[in-house]
Amino acid sequence: MNLAVKTENLKRVFRTKKEAETVALAGVDIEIRPGELFGLLGPNGAGKTTLIKILSTLLLPSSGKAFVDGVDVAAHPEEVRKRINMVSGGEHSGYGILNVRENLWMFSQFYGVPSKLALERIDFMLKKFGLWEFAKTKVGKLSTGMRQKMNIIRGFVPDPKILFLDEPTLGLDVQIAREVRAFIKEWMKEKTDRTLLLTTHYMAEADELCDRVAIIDRGQVLECDTPSALKRKLQQDAIYQLDVDLLTDHLEKFSEIPEVVNFAFEHKHAEEKTVLKIILKDEAGISKVTKLVEHSGSKIRSLSKREPSLEDVFVALVGRGLSENGT
Amino acid sequence: MGLWRTIKTAGWLGWQIEANWAEPFTFIAYAITRPIFSTLILVLMYKVVAGGQISTALFAYIYLGNAFFMYTANVLAGVGIVIHEDRERYEMLKYIYLAPIVTYFYMLGRCIPKLVITTLAVIVTVVMGVWIFDLKLVFGHWPLMILSFPLGIIATIALGIALASLTLLTARHGFFMTEGTAGVFYLVSGAVFPIEVLPDWMEPAALAFPITYWLEALRRGMMAEPVSKIFASWSDEKLLLILAMTTLLSIVLSVLINRGIEYIARKQGKLDQVFNY
Repeated sequence: MNLAVKTENLKRVFRTKKEAETVALAGVDIEIRPGELFGLLGPNGAGKTTLIKILSTLLLPSSGKAFVDGVDVAAHPEEVRKRINMVSGGEHSGYGILNVRENLWMFSQFYGVPSKLALERIDFMLKKFGLWEFAKTKVGKLSTGMRQKMNIIRGFVPDPKILFLDEPTLGLDVQIAREVRAFIKEWMKEKTDRTLLLTTHYMAEADELCDRVAIIDRGQVLECDTPSALKRKLQQDAIYQLDVDLLTDHLEKFSEIPEVVNFAFEHKHAEEKTVLKIILKDEAGISKVTKLVEHSGSKIRSLSKREPSLEDVFVALVGRGLSENGT
Repeated sequence: MGLWRTIKTAGWLGWQIEANWAEPFTFIAYAITRPIFSTLILVLMYKVVAGGQISTALFAYIYLGNAFFMYTANVLAGVGIVIHEDRERYEMLKYIYLAPIVTYFYMLGRCIPKLVITTLAVIVTVVMGVWIFDLKLVFGHWPLMILSFPLGIIATIALGIALASLTLLTARHGFFMTEGTAGVFYLVSGAVFPIEVLPDWMEPAALAFPITYWLEALRRGMMAEPVSKIFASWSDEKLLLILAMTTLLSIVLSVLINRGIEYIARKQGKLDQVFNY
């Protein structure tokens, strides 16, 4: 049986007119099995969307190979398109002059879904996503969140063999995001041969949904395994979270403590505090950490030891948290 | 995915976009009023130049050429804007592209509403010419007219899709490109004057485009006497054959341009790039 997705040393470089180069993918190798819900986890600019664009035939790679259901995406895009669909989150796309039901029906026709079946699926999903009362509302009059829900439905209506969801819950409120995640789980359970590739920078989303997760940063896959296996790798380390008074200077000194494997920080200016997430290979190192906090002129508000999460795995691998934007 | 279903669905979308911006009455009034006033401008200009005479063969030549050229102008401008609107305004082009359809036929479908609306305008213009300006129509070569009409429409669509494909690589210049190309065709295709009045170096360009032969064939099918000296000695069969050959060439070129530009757009990441909004 073909792998649902396979990439071999996949690279993509963007060149601007001024000859500047941006490496979006720097040799990605992944394998996704049929029936898997696979997560790509990484910060903004990690290369997740570029990878999805290549796999969904919108973009050609600079070098390397990518296969979807055994079909080369660069050589046979028409064959790939019969097997896939894609949804990008955080967009406000849609034909504003059509109503929600018309928009969805139109795309179902492009996918060859018989009209009656398409309308049954559309109506079912509109009810499921709480959009039923807006079925006849023109897309131009919908809120961004509603449009995003409509786009998510558009992805599911043709019942694709392989679905790419690029940050599907980006910008959605908590309740709607929960509904979307519940629907994704349900959809995957309905048929065992469906494959879903989800990109996200929400750790909890990847942890909750994915069978396997690839952690990607700066165009490279750093680790790929099940969420529990990834977390197990950190089980011998001690993970601490410290809330301290806002601490902006000399943060690099925490890395210089010999026991620190990696650490991340997040400034919460509204609360005038900094959250430090520190991974120690030896618990004894925590006293050095607390001393350094005090030495830096800050005060510890709270200190807790935690079980490893995917975010800790990310911090351990990348050396920074997801919210730090490459600092 | 069935080609017919693609064309039908894209045509339905195009009609919603074309006709939905106003009430049907206002929309039809616009579709009719615009060509009427465009034609009146042309008639008035001709009257000034010809000293008030409008019952000449040259007037009929210009009037009919102008009327049928509306297809070329509207389809080129109409389909040229499809890529721009789908990508920039609705941000849906990428989803169209990753659907299992042949996008060439999607664009063809989007042309259909333009053709329907233009047909209404052409009929109104020709009827107005007969009733108000005493245009004498003689259908002496009606088989030529009937056979050539669809060929010219096909050629126009093929050229329109080729141009629309080029706009995949451009930002806002797409508008200027389609409007500009329609203007060039208007000049060289013999829509308003016989091509022999063009400078010698422009004549080959006029003879390269199917629109030139199409307009000539339509006018020959509806007019009593020929005006263009170049085509006067041509038989109906020869005119039709050359029109068919240039139409076929236009289709081949259009498909090649479409495929080539789509490949470049995929390479450069232009299918979902938003420039203006």
